[in-house]
Amino acid sequence: MSTTVVHEIPTTPEVARANAFKRTVLAVGVQNLSLILAIAVLVVAIGSQNSAFFLTSNLKTIGTAVTISGLLALVQTVVIIMGGIDLAVGSIAGLASVTSAMIFTSAGSSASFFGALAIGAVCGLVSGCIVVFGRVTPMIATLAGLIAFKGVAQLVSNGRAQGYTGADPFYVFLARGSIIGIPTLIWVLVLMALLIHFVLRYTRVGRNIYAVGGNDTAARLSGININRYILGVFILAGTVAALAGILITARTGSGQPVSGSEGLEFQSITAAALGGVALRGGKGSIGGTILAVILLGVLLNGMSLLGVNPFWQNVAQGTLLVAAVIIQQLRNGERRVGLPK
Amino acid sequence: MTRSDDWPRASLNARGITKNFTGVRALAGVDLDLPTGKVTALMGENGAGKSTLLKILSGDYQPDEGTIEIGGKAVTFATPFDSRAAGLRVIAQEPEIVPFVSVAENIYVGALPGSRGIVSQRQLQDRARADLERFGFERFLDPATRGIDLSPAQRQMVEIVRALIGDPQVICFDEPTSSLSDSETGVLFDLIVRLRDEGRAVGYVSHRMREIFQIADTVTILRDGRLIGSREIRDTSVGEVVRMMVGRDLSTMFERNRHELGEVALELEAVSTDDVTDISLTVRRGEVVALAGLVGAGRTELALAIAGDRPVTAGTIKVHGVAQRFRSPADSIAAGIGLAPEERKADALIMVRSVRDNIALAVLGGLSRFGVVDRRKERQLAEKYIAQLRIRTPSMAQLMQNLSGGNQQKVVLARWLAKATDVLILDEPTRGVDVGAKAEIYAIVDELAANGVAVLVISSELPEVLGLADRIIVMQEGRVTGELTHAEATEERILTLAIADHFSAEGVQP
Repeated sequence: MSTTVVHEIPTTPEVARANAFKRTVLAVGVQNLSLILAIAVLVVAIGSQNSAFFLTSNLKTIGTAVTISGLLALVQTVVIIMGGIDLAVGSIAGLASVTSAMIFTSAGSSASFFGALAIGAVCGLVSGCIVVFGRVTPMIATLAGLIAFKGVAQLVSNGRAQGYTGADPFYVFLARGSIIGIPTLIWVLVLMALLIHFVLRYTRVGRNIYAVGGNDTAARLSGININRYILGVFILAGTVAALAGILITARTGSGQPVSGSEGLEFQSITAAALGGVALRGGKGSIGGTILAVILLGVLLNGMSLLGVNPFWQNVAQGTLLVAAVIIQQLRNGERRVGLPK
Repeated sequence: MTRSDDWPRASLNARGITKNFTGVRALAGVDLDLPTGKVTALMGENGAGKSTLLKILSGDYQPDEGTIEIGGKAVTFATPFDSRAAGLRVIAQEPEIVPFVSVAENIYVGALPGSRGIVSQRQLQDRARADLERFGFERFLDPATRGIDLSPAQRQMVEIVRALIGDPQVICFDEPTSSLSDSETGVLFDLIVRLRDEGRAVGYVSHRMREIFQIADTVTILRDGRLIGSREIRDTSVGEVVRMMVGRDLSTMFERNRHELGEVALELEAVSTDDVTDISLTVRRGEVVALAGLVGAGRTELALAIAGDRPVTAGTIKVHGVAQRFRSPADSIAAGIGLAPEERKADALIMVRSVRDNIALAVLGGLSRFGVVDRRKERQLAEKYIAQLRIRTPSMAQLMQNLSGGNQQKVVLARWLAKATDVLILDEPTRGVDVGAKAEIYAIVDELAANGVAVLVISSELPEVLGLADRIIVMQEGRVTGELTHAEATEERILTLAIADHFSAEGVQP
């Protein structure tokens, strides 16, 4: 989405080239270009240290590793564009993971798939209702969800991993199958990214989500039912988080109440912020988030390939998050007085 | 105030105060004298420069030119602290109150009594009680009440006590009675008389004629950022003061091409909300009706109720003769009503999105098939209105935040033009808009009416009201105080209906 259009007609080849360059930069966006640049630098740096990085098997490893956090980053992007935030997505994924395995044990794979999605949707609806009808800010409402949904997952499972899905063809296909040589997990992420990108960019619903996040009063006075959008987006976030939870079950072969999903909410926010989604709403795109997901995936993969102490991974992610937001705020021209908005 | 009794009292004399805000001259060489032992009233229409002048006195703004003397000594205020240190205090209309601490702490905030950083609650409460009694507010304020539990009137009293404990030589009140009841006003006036008799200089800003004639010794009148003159209260009349406040040349900005009035499009029958009472009015197709009145008369609140954003507690809103019950702005829009709100940036525009997105915001449904927005149609729509309303923007992809105020307002108008609403409510459509764009917006309103739209304009600028409207409805404190046709309306008549106390409005002859 460019912000300016070049009017002047190029007179010389140099000017034409310069304009073409300018147009490309504007079309891709400064934010996305810097992400691509960062990924390129990382790839060169890691690849020069360890050539195993470029193996197809390692690229698949990166792809499958980022799927789960990537799914959450996609819906987090939608929530943040709408002006909210959802800290509960990780806990919802955990709850969906453990319940999917439990439903599987008693009722089979398709019941477990749709049952877990439904549980995720209900969790999202609860968050949304607390925000809309309880007038609680999304930050606090979903912080409560983060804690409480985790508790529910531990309660129903007694805190232990549940069931065994490792022999079920559907779950095996999800975890290790592939279509035309590309792992199913990567397909899930790519299809979901394309779907959400399409909705945000080309549909009325998507455009209204930007409007609600950009200025909710203006959206309301223009006839948009903003409560319906807030509820809908939180339900979407819960449902997609549940899908991520089902993938956790598939990958580990059993339902995990906490391990496998803990901390994913923060990774998803990091990816969205890094991808250029404005934390005050109204601005951002799925393309940026996906680039950020790839950047984080490459970084973490490279760190483990190079034998860096894994505890550094959290430090690196925290640093990236702060750096991304500082850059965002500086570009907004924030005055350095008082608490930032 | 014991130690101050033997202090010499000081008057305030300001000369040639000028203040510009990016391209707008708010004050042009204004002189103001606040002599000791007198109450000087400062009057003027909305936008005349009263608030700017008070903010310069309080140290919130710095004048571009001009001098201020207190007691014959030249002073300059870089910050509000400097102003207070010089013995001057401006009492804010909407005081800052710390919500979760007591009245006593609110009064002494910044200078709490106690020793070595330990605040003595007992000392604090005792002192607060003594000070409240000294100023006559003990009946209205308990020093232990928390800030958040205070009524607007009580907040005002806290602010007054805060100001007076600093023993200021010059005190300015900015519409202090707007939140006070009659008995509270009585206490305040007793206090003002006392302050005057102690030899202090008192400045008093109010729109209420009756108060001015009751409390003031002199009245100083501003208009369009200029000093019009001063009169002794005993030598002047309400009529003269009103005449001095208005009386500009009507600009030649208004074209009137419309003639045909159609059927009644919008009708209010005894509508009440939390803010307005018993409002009845009609707007016909092709008619421009103005709602005049002072800021705070309830016009914006009424507009929001018609737009479905505030609940109607009594009465009926009819659109084309059909009674409506709006539960949300969406209902009101569906009935054919559009609102361009007063706070353009805060309430109407999505500043981080493009001109195109903002124009299409209310019509995306019509531009979509199966929920997918037809981007070609959307572009054509944006192109059409950018050309038609002459919105100056490098492209339709430009972000709203990069447009000037006038062009931003045109985008809001374009949104409702695209929606083709039958009834359009414009709340202060030219606020913050430069003169050129103003004329363009007036022309758009005229053309809309000519095309059969019913337009309700809220404006605090009298020339605009007189120039645009076929009929003028004047509101004061949530009620309609009168209605004037274009032919019979004058600035004096409107202002009289807007500021005279409604029960005595008939008696005032401008």
